[in-house]
Amino acid sequence: MIRQSWWKIVCVVLLVYTFIAGFLGAVPAKPILNETIRNLYFHVAMWFSMMILFIISLVYSIKYLRTNNHVFDIYALEYAKGGIVFGTLGVLTGSIWARWTWGAFWSSDPKQLGAVIALLIYFAYLVLRNSMTDMDKRARIGAVYNIFAFAMLFPTIWIIPRMVESLHPGGMGNPALDTHDIDSRMRVVFWPGAVPGWTLLGVWITTLRIRLSLLAESERGGSRAAR
Amino acid sequence: MGEPEGTVWKGLFWMMQLFICVNAVAKSFLQEGKGRLLYFYTIAGPRDFILSKLMFNALLMLLMSLVSMGLFVLMLGDPMPNPFSFVLISCLGGVSLSLVFTFLAAIAARAQQSAALMAILGFPLVIPQLLLLSKISNIAFEEVIQGGLAGMILLLSGLDVMIVALALILFPFLWKD
Repeated sequence: MIRQSWWKIVCVVLLVYTFIAGFLGAVPAKPILNETIRNLYFHVAMWFSMMILFIISLVYSIKYLRTNNHVFDIYALEYAKGGIVFGTLGVLTGSIWARWTWGAFWSSDPKQLGAVIALLIYFAYLVLRNSMTDMDKRARIGAVYNIFAFAMLFPTIWIIPRMVESLHPGGMGNPALDTHDIDSRMRVVFWPGAVPGWTLLGVWITTLRIRLSLLAESERGGSRAAR
Repeated sequence: MGEPEGTVWKGLFWMMQLFICVNAVAKSFLQEGKGRLLYFYTIAGPRDFILSKLMFNALLMLLMSLVSMGLFVLMLGDPMPNPFSFVLISCLGGVSLSLVFTFLAAIAARAQQSAALMAILGFPLVIPQLLLLSKISNIAFEEVIQGGLAGMILLLSGLDVMIVALALILFPFLWKD
């Protein structure tokens, strides 16, 4: 499945569609936002991809704890890394958007802070893994921390920013992606194009890294067996 | 020395609580020798072990919170209109922080590292709790009750329950060694 190319071609087609329709398509004219609303296809879609990648990583961590199959641990690690990359891109696209709508790249908004803290929690996951040398222990403790970190995502980026005052859509109890922020012309590009496109890109990069890790491991194992 | 005003006092207090918690929990968990851990392994299951650690650290932190509150009031003055609610809030806060750090200490102890690792892992994880606690502390510092505070206290308690549940579910995996 990972080696097949049909879904990679779909990914490229969807992303090209997103870029072209995103920049040339019609968008509702909203005050302050104006043309920057097009960032929806990048920023919001990347956050969706990040959540999906982290969920996949969580599933593999749980699978590892149940079966102790080392391959699942590699999958969990690489998907977590993929999620971190997309999360970082989400924060960057978010601050670019903030520069043009809120006036500054960084305004210590609760959602911005929550997002950075969520990324810090996952960076701590990488630090934890690197601090251990025994492979089984690293995998097991890493899996436990991954589950804990995922559970902490919810209060940090979903619950608390919605409860407090925030410039970001979603503060003070409003839904973050509601019917007034987006119309059907944008929906046609966003849901079939942007979200699957960025997610498939994330999965593609991650599966390449997984194949690389598995190859490196089998080479190491192979050379040991040959001795 | 002048006495700091409300917001500074509050900020200092929670910073202190954070460091007290890290040190108290680190000492209680990471000082167990290998022999003692093996003994516990033979006489009690992992669930009972982690539950007892969580409860012990929560009680320890409760005591520490009360002591530190007393010292703060003594040395930095008392700017609170509602001291009783602040005592309750600091107890809740101390217990919440101790739950997170106990679970992290369990992870760090398995990784055979010092308290430094626990601190690195821990600081991002407690920031949501610290944010909630500093908002809730406003109850004690402002004379006017703000709306939504009951919701925040409920959220903090819910967060604590989630952490305890996760610790109970995940600790048996850490235990197998």
